[in-house]
Amino acid sequence: MTIKLNGDPHELHAPLSVSALLAQLEIDARRVAVELNLAVVKKAAYDSSVIEEGDEVEIVNFVGGG
Amino acid sequence: MREGLTIAGRTFTSRLIVGTGKYPSHAIMKAAHLASGADMVTVAVRRVDISRKTESLLDYIDTSQIFLLPNTAACYTADDAIRTARLGREAGMSNWVKLEVIGDEQTLFPDNEGLLEATRVLVKEGFVVLPYTNDDPVMCRKLADAGAAAVMPLGAPIGSGLGIQNPNNIRIIKEQATVPVIVDAGVGTASDAAVAMELGADGVLMNTAIAGADDPVMMAGAMKLAVEAGRMAYLAGRIPRKSYASASSPLDGVIGSRAR
Repeated sequence: MTIKLNGDPHELHAPLSVSALLAQLEIDARRVAVELNLAVVKKAAYDSSVIEEGDEVEIVNFVGGG
Repeated sequence: MREGLTIAGRTFTSRLIVGTGKYPSHAIMKAAHLASGADMVTVAVRRVDISRKTESLLDYIDTSQIFLLPNTAACYTADDAIRTARLGREAGMSNWVKLEVIGDEQTLFPDNEGLLEATRVLVKEGFVVLPYTNDDPVMCRKLADAGAAAVMPLGAPIGSGLGIQNPNNIRIIKEQATVPVIVDAGVGTASDAAVAMELGADGVLMNTAIAGADDPVMMAGAMKLAVEAGRMAYLAGRIPRKSYASASSPLDGVIGSRAR
């Protein structure tokens, strides 16, 4: 199945939780924020929020800025 | 003379707020932060680079000492700024945001309508909103009325280093303000920061003036001193400006032809 991840198509074998996606991408969940279909996913909901075919996922972090 | 800067009930030791962008390296940024004495720094919210592992900015910021203020830089609509603010809150676990809604790519001047709209929405959602705004007293009043915790008028365009372009407006904004006034953007060198503080600003926020200096760490130290000096001069109360001289030395007892 294909999702849109940070604006680009991304292939996944099957639906999975936000936690599982972050683990797969080797991203430290404590340092990012995740948006699923334009709604922020609270950290407490990472395990229960499931990403399905066609979903739009944004994973952001802090970078240098003024 | 160690009175802190209090915004929304939170007191910061330093009246200097600095950015985290455009430094030659993260290590230099960290050293500059230390030299600046700042205990609040701005950060931007951006997509994680999925394709490669990059060093985390947060490895170079001691968040037990330094408060992170996420910005909404490069947002051109209220909706984008609101979305970015919500993500920043989740990434940083604080409800503070430096709100930017930009209206023009060349000047990076704020879009007043979008800024006001985003301020109202975010205040309602419980954010502590610090809007980056024009040096316009009316706009600053509207933002404060909308619930902004501080107003952050620009001294000059972002990254321009032109210094305070409209000192009288900054003074008026401060005189009328019901919330702290932080001069944000436009500082080029230490004297600019001192001028902002002498005008009565409660604080100064800068990034490029430090990060882009030949020696960012030394400039950070200069900015620390300038902000403190400007604040002290403001509190001390400067003398009025006069057109003609008034002698500093006594006129009595002068020897020579003008003796009396």
